[in-house]
Amino acid sequence: MKTSQTGTSQAGAGYSKAAAAIDRARREGRAALIGYLPAGFPDVQTTIDAGIAMARNGMDLIEIGIPYSDPVMDGRVIQDATVEALNNGFTVSQVFDVVEGITRETDAAVLVMTYWNPVMRLGVREFAGRLAAAGGAGLITPDLIPDEAAEWLEASEEFGLDRVFLVAPSTSPERMQRTVAASRGFVYAVSVMGVTGARTSVGAAARAVVDAAHAAGAERACVGLGVSTAGQVAEIAAYADGVIVGTALVAALRDGGVPAVAALTKELSTGTGKKSA
Amino acid sequence: MTDTTHQDKQAGQDDAGSNPADAFLGHDETLRHAPGPYFGAYGGRWMPESLIAALDELQETFEKAKADPEFTAQVADLNRNYAGRPSLLTEAKRFAEHAGGARIFLKREDLNHTGSHKINNVLGQALLAKRMGKTRVIAETGAGQHGVASATAAALLGLECVVYMGAEDCRRQALNVARMQLLGAEVVPVTNGSQTLKDAINDALRDWVANVDTTHYLLGTAAGAHPFPAMVRYFHEVIGEESREQILEQAGRLPDAVVACVGGGSNAIGIFHGFLDDRSVQLYGFEAGGDGVESGRHAATITLGRPGVLHGARSYLMQDEDGQTMESHSISAGLDYPGVGPEHAYLSDIGRAHYEPITDAEAMEAFQLLCRTEGIIPAIETAHALAGAMKVGRRLTADLAPGEVPSDRIIVVSLSGRGDKDVATAAEYFDLLPDDSAEQEIAQEGEQL
Repeated sequence: MKTSQTGTSQAGAGYSKAAAAIDRARREGRAALIGYLPAGFPDVQTTIDAGIAMARNGMDLIEIGIPYSDPVMDGRVIQDATVEALNNGFTVSQVFDVVEGITRETDAAVLVMTYWNPVMRLGVREFAGRLAAAGGAGLITPDLIPDEAAEWLEASEEFGLDRVFLVAPSTSPERMQRTVAASRGFVYAVSVMGVTGARTSVGAAARAVVDAAHAAGAERACVGLGVSTAGQVAEIAAYADGVIVGTALVAALRDGGVPAVAALTKELSTGTGKKSA
Repeated sequence: MTDTTHQDKQAGQDDAGSNPADAFLGHDETLRHAPGPYFGAYGGRWMPESLIAALDELQETFEKAKADPEFTAQVADLNRNYAGRPSLLTEAKRFAEHAGGARIFLKREDLNHTGSHKINNVLGQALLAKRMGKTRVIAETGAGQHGVASATAAALLGLECVVYMGAEDCRRQALNVARMQLLGAEVVPVTNGSQTLKDAINDALRDWVANVDTTHYLLGTAAGAHPFPAMVRYFHEVIGEESREQILEQAGRLPDAVVACVGGGSNAIGIFHGFLDDRSVQLYGFEAGGDGVESGRHAATITLGRPGVLHGARSYLMQDEDGQTMESHSISAGLDYPGVGPEHAYLSDIGRAHYEPITDAEAMEAFQLLCRTEGIIPAIETAHALAGAMKVGRRLTADLAPGEVPSDRIIVVSLSGRGDKDVATAAEYFDLLPDDSAEQEIAQEGEQL
């Protein structure tokens, strides 16, 4: 497991689409930009169109959320969007259509962000196989910790998928080691103790989490939660390998449709240069 | 989908023979004091990483406290001199006539302070919160029983208390909201998702993630992430320990069966625990069958659910083909939860305890019967256990050996709570309210007042 926190560089670990996308940005002297939208909000085709628009306007990785009945790590904006998606008839298998629709048209690495029960219900191996077939990079798992992930570790190895686990300001040094070792692609550094949602300030804790992840051997640590402006992106790009934006993009899609998502992506991407810090 | 699972499970139980628990009790193995995090394939910690440190801290504090005579003395003192323990064991002779003539004993958790078993758990957890140096507790509540108990413990121990409660439940339960406020708690109406108990738990978890440094999440049932299922059970084990002693004293022997209602399953696991290793004692958990399990409107999680993860534990779960949590339905708000504690899922799988649904109508019949035969108004949750006791009593007395009489059969029922909070619901159900009364108007709006 120790070798799994690698991209193309280390022998035997397999090719990581997420790591490759982050490394591509790194070679351009900047942090990677990662954008989240829930699948099926307001419908599947719009999610595909918005994903393509993000990729064409500077998004390096795209995170597609599976709307779920009990999203304990999400704030109100994302909750409302996912409730709407479910009310509009979203079904889990449509997430593979979204992934395929975006990867067919763009080079962006597309990850699926999901609470664990929908994956368990479909079957972990079945889910992994279908995600890989759709061209997906892997999974971000907000309520799955490595301690409970044996089945997913196995399936992700089999299908060459990225495993993005979360680390938080409260994560102990021992757990940081273990989680970094279990991750593949990058580790998701939670910037604050809280749920998703725009915040005026991301805070000093984020940098400490990224530093701890790097010290534990993470080659790529990306920061999410609360990031909504190009200024915040620039602040985080100074020390992190990638910056994750969610709620602000969901609000943009809600209020201004795909063009608003494209415009916000373009604006956010101005913050990724390492020099701006 | 759910039907298949049910058949599979039944088949699995049949494979294990007529007394599957033999396989687990035949080798000097104990089922008592299961420490978690896993109960067979269930339990665990399906939780955001942000909360793992707090769960670790809680587990460590709990383990140390259990071994600390000062802590156990504190709990015992509060149980005795504040909650009113030990609770009585009352023989229900007139009610027993409707249960095939088996002797029925009621474990009177309704006589505890705040009117239910919930006080056992909240006092213990509030003491742990103090030991961890936390100044604030948060809790979820459905009908309000656990919210009132939490507000009570917080007032007693000088902790700030915030209770999350579905907005719809707040409206239906205005008096319980006022009760919590009188006790100094803040009640936050939850408007997310289906606005029910499960959404109140979601919002409490969101609060906990953001405030974990100062805050303990005082979860109200034996579910959730480790150490909650084992810890909540620990604080309720007193129900089973007392019951076992009292029945031995009053009847001179162990009962044939112990029955309890199961929502999340805290009173049931508490009373079952005392008898887990007594292989002659059958254990029955009665789930909310709502309008009937065939109607789809129920909360019979073990009977019809399938394994999944919700609120931190792997257990049986009412879910659709996509793994989305389904809405549960019951006349009893306290049983209206689509999950169940992981230890119950395990006890069901190994055949040590049996779980069956009781419909709203069966529960209300038993509710009325207890009122009229024993002068005790039970909580509607508890009425499910009483209806179950009637069924079990009839079964146990149906195949008596020559020379045996029905009263040779003994059943202990967990009378988990009193029914004061349910009077309006019951009055509406039995059409006791004048047509133009305010109570009728309120009662018609919801399933429970």
